[in-house]
Amino acid sequence: MTTLDPRIPEGPLAQKWTNFKAKAKLVNPANKRRLDIIIVGTGLGGASAAASLAEMGYNVKAFCYQDSPRRAHSIAAQGGINAAKNYPNDGDSIYRLFYDTIKGGDYRSREANVYRLAEVSNNIIDQCVAQGVPFAREYGGYLDNRSFGGAQVSRTFYARGQTGQQLLLGAYAGLSKMVSKGKVQLFTRRDMLDLVIVDGKARGIIVRNLVTGEIERHSAHAVVLASGGYGNVYYLSTYAMGANANPAWVAHRRGAFMANPSFVQIHPTCMPVHGEFQSKLTLMSESLRNDGRIWVPRKIEDARKLQEGKIKANDILEEDRDYYLERRYPAFGNLVPRDVASRAAKERCDAGFGVNETGLAVFLDFSDAIRRLGRKAIEEKYGNLFEMYQKINDEDPYETPMMIYPAIHYAMGGLWVDYSLMTTVPGLFAIGECNFSDHGANRLGASALMQGLADGYFVLPYTISDYLADQIQVPRFSNELPEFKAAEDGVRARLDRIMAIQGKQTVETFHKRLGRIMWDYCGMSRNEAGLTKALGMVQELQQEFWSDVKVPGGPGEFNAELEKAGRVAEFMELGELIIRDALNRRESCGGHFREESQTEEGEAKRDDDNFTYVAAWEYMPGNAPRMHKEPLQFEVVQLIQRNYK
Amino acid sequence: MDFKLKIWRQKSAAVKGRFETYKVSGITGGTSFLEMLDVLNEELIAKGEEPVAFDHDCREGICGTCSLYINGRPHGPDDRVCTCQLFMRRFKDGDTIIIEPFRARPFPVLRDLVVDRSSFDKIIQAGGFISASTGNAPDANAIPIPKRNADKAFDAAACIGCGACVAACKNASAMLFVSAKVSHFALLPQGKVEARERVQKMVAKMDELGFGNCTNTYACEAECPKGISVENIARMNREFLSAKLVTDK
Ligand SMILES: Cc1cc2nc3c(=O)[nH]c(=O)nc-3n(C[C@H](O)[C@H](O)[C@H](O)COP(=O)(O)OP(=O)(O)OC[C@H]3O[C@@H](n4cnc5c(N)ncnc54)[C@H](O)[C@@H]3O)c2cc1C
Ligand code: FES
Repeated sequence: MTTLDPRIPEGPLAQKWTNFKAKAKLVNPANKRRLDIIIVGTGLGGASAAASLAEMGYNVKAFCYQDSPRRAHSIAAQGGINAAKNYPNDGDSIYRLFYDTIKGGDYRSREANVYRLAEVSNNIIDQCVAQGVPFAREYGGYLDNRSFGGAQVSRTFYARGQTGQQLLLGAYAGLSKMVSKGKVQLFTRRDMLDLVIVDGKARGIIVRNLVTGEIERHSAHAVVLASGGYGNVYYLSTYAMGANANPAWVAHRRGAFMANPSFVQIHPTCMPVHGEFQSKLTLMSESLRNDGRIWVPRKIEDARKLQEGKIKANDILEEDRDYYLERRYPAFGNLVPRDVASRAAKERCDAGFGVNETGLAVFLDFSDAIRRLGRKAIEEKYGNLFEMYQKINDEDPYETPMMIYPAIHYAMGGLWVDYSLMTTVPGLFAIGECNFSDHGANRLGASALMQGLADGYFVLPYTISDYLADQIQVPRFSNELPEFKAAEDGVRARLDRIMAIQGKQTVETFHKRLGRIMWDYCGMSRNEAGLTKALGMVQELQQEFWSDVKVPGGPGEFNAELEKAGRVAEFMELGELIIRDALNRRESCGGHFREESQTEEGEAKRDDDNFTYVAAWEYMPGNAPRMHKEPLQFEVVQLIQRNYK
Repeated sequence: MDFKLKIWRQKSAAVKGRFETYKVSGITGGTSFLEMLDVLNEELIAKGEEPVAFDHDCREGICGTCSLYINGRPHGPDDRVCTCQLFMRRFKDGDTIIIEPFRARPFPVLRDLVVDRSSFDKIIQAGGFISASTGNAPDANAIPIPKRNADKAFDAAACIGCGACVAACKNASAMLFVSAKVSHFALLPQGKVEARERVQKMVAKMDELGFGNCTNTYACEAECPKGISVENIARMNREFLSAKLVTDK
């Protein structure tokens, strides 16, 4: 084990980023033209980085697996994006946003990164408005804000229930502009399957063209991964069907450390699981908790009747309803952070108070808000979400309360990066959800969009230039180098190996089984025995996969099953690492709840003496991974047990 | 429920396609249309046959990846939903369902039900942006924008770029898609500066890529899963005319 150095700049917290920028090396315009950068991913992180770096003069090659960059999963973000503008004049500031993020993350993130994030948050809103992002406005024409979990101020900017869509279309427009100027080359329907390292530095990638099946080599002076999160390890999640961990995992195999992989977020307000064919879970935005009240019956008899379909929500009298979040956490009520809200729902359902036929759902009720504000106002704010709910569940949420249950939603863990967002592989950067940097053990709502755009628009452009400044003499890389050939051969061999198995079980069955293991033993609540068991189960599942998976067709053609098989193979390895990380961390913090570590009231209990560090895992071919530590030093914030009561 | 499916199969852009008939059974009403296709594919794979290729990603009606022409309508029989949000309770037990790709010259079939819609990206690249480079934006509240305009701009910007409008149009016109983007920016002060150039370049690109003309049948609006209004087409025509008048001078 070694101790990792995040290379945080000198100076007081509020000065660090300014100091970094003042000292960072620059690349002059003529030299930028000679430098190429590969960016894998066109979500908020990737698209904003591609647009900004191309505007600066670098040559960018942008990759995504969808048919268009505009379809990256950032498009699905609903609720909003945070910034410390303090437009509502309710006492917000950069410091407060920083503090809320550190506290919300349960003191497992890096102060310097989080402060920088809060610092650039305001520029993001300015930038987006300049691009024409139609944020919600008040009648006076100024921008409107709302509140999200874990905050007592209103700092969330939003565009109805489609904030991610509007932000991504803004970044996509910027990217498209640079495509038209010839500074960005777009490669859609490509699956990154390896990272190429030349003389110790990241210099290229190997991708599979998903339409033709061809394997391609691409070279550059630096590689940026912006490939999103890995929550699909759990099978059912709020992620897109194609969301995957391939780029991060192949980078991991090539030497990039994975940090805190067990920190995954379980979002409290998703539609409950309904049937065996179900392929994904739909999120109901956290913003709904601004006006919706969460409850289950107070009496177990009522819960049973609900489960048997004998009564409906509206049959239960007001005094027989248990608004358990308001009861347990009077200070934050329905707006407690996600991890707290999710666990509280699980606690009630495990105790038998669930409200649907599976017993795994709670109510989210708008009747008070409709009475207070009128139906029209609720429609304005959440119309599209209500519509979506009705379509999926065939029930009118204006009339009867919604049913919700927690689901996998976000990965706080990811590739370890230093202050410059560089991984442990020189020249390989990771931005957006695929890095681990800013959210500690729990992300606050509306902060992922902020981080993706902060990384892409305002951080990476400085830090990557600092890295590239001494590479201006390095000529373009030929992808005929032996390193490229070796990587391509490896990719082909792996695909051939999958194709050669021709066993009996489909990829989907393996993915489902993996998800089940992860959710049951490494989900909302975890313990030593369960995790140990799960580790063995995932290892066995992998053996079974590599001897019994069935993939039709061939590698040299459009083959969705082969794509899926490659993803699931990586998910299984990553799943194993998630479990190991969860086993190692014998404390509860944020989304990671170890049953062995809780207070008498059943709240999560951190162990700061032993676990105030980032666990960064190194891949060891054929062996168990090796853990390295980055100790977390808090210079400004004082560590206390989180309290939302 | 049980269904008979007639599905368009086509190995690649280069070869001819044909319909094949399949059966699925035991489908519950709460199963989504795409989940029903998942069930079919699992069965096909188990039998050693090739699964049906179709595009999909978010499965919550926002990414615009899913498509499908179902019983003669883009995104199927429900109004204002994408295929991924269509549920089988909408069909009757025993129904025959015909499933085709979005058909339009600028959207060539890649395989089975998957088409190439990159022409939409090309139209955006031609001018569908505001040239605000990173780093030199003024304070976001520096220019107040009347809520009405902001809301209208949002309505236009809600387009998901799925291509249903093109598939619905007998002329394969992309007017609804292009006009939504033009309107989004034309309604905002930030977008005014480049308005003229934008509309001209986008329309020229649309024509160049082989999209047809608009003959005002408005099938596009009827089939748009996001309810994008043909008002945008009228607005774009005005923008286009006034741009033309200015440049013709
Ligand atoms: C339903 C939902 C709602 C959300 N709502 C909010 C919200 O309101 N506020 C908030 O702050 N956050 C929200 N989040 C979280 C937030 O949307 C994401 O964390 C964020 O958008 C991730 O952006 P990204 O750029 O890192 O990755 P993504 O947007 O996921 O993009 C990943 C990119 O990588 C590419 N890629 C992936 N794998 C490969 C591969 N193998 N080869 C090539 N390319 C690849 C993809 O094509 C894509 O372009 C939400 C998330 C979900 C799922
Ligand atoms: S799959 Fe995203 S809109 Fe249907």
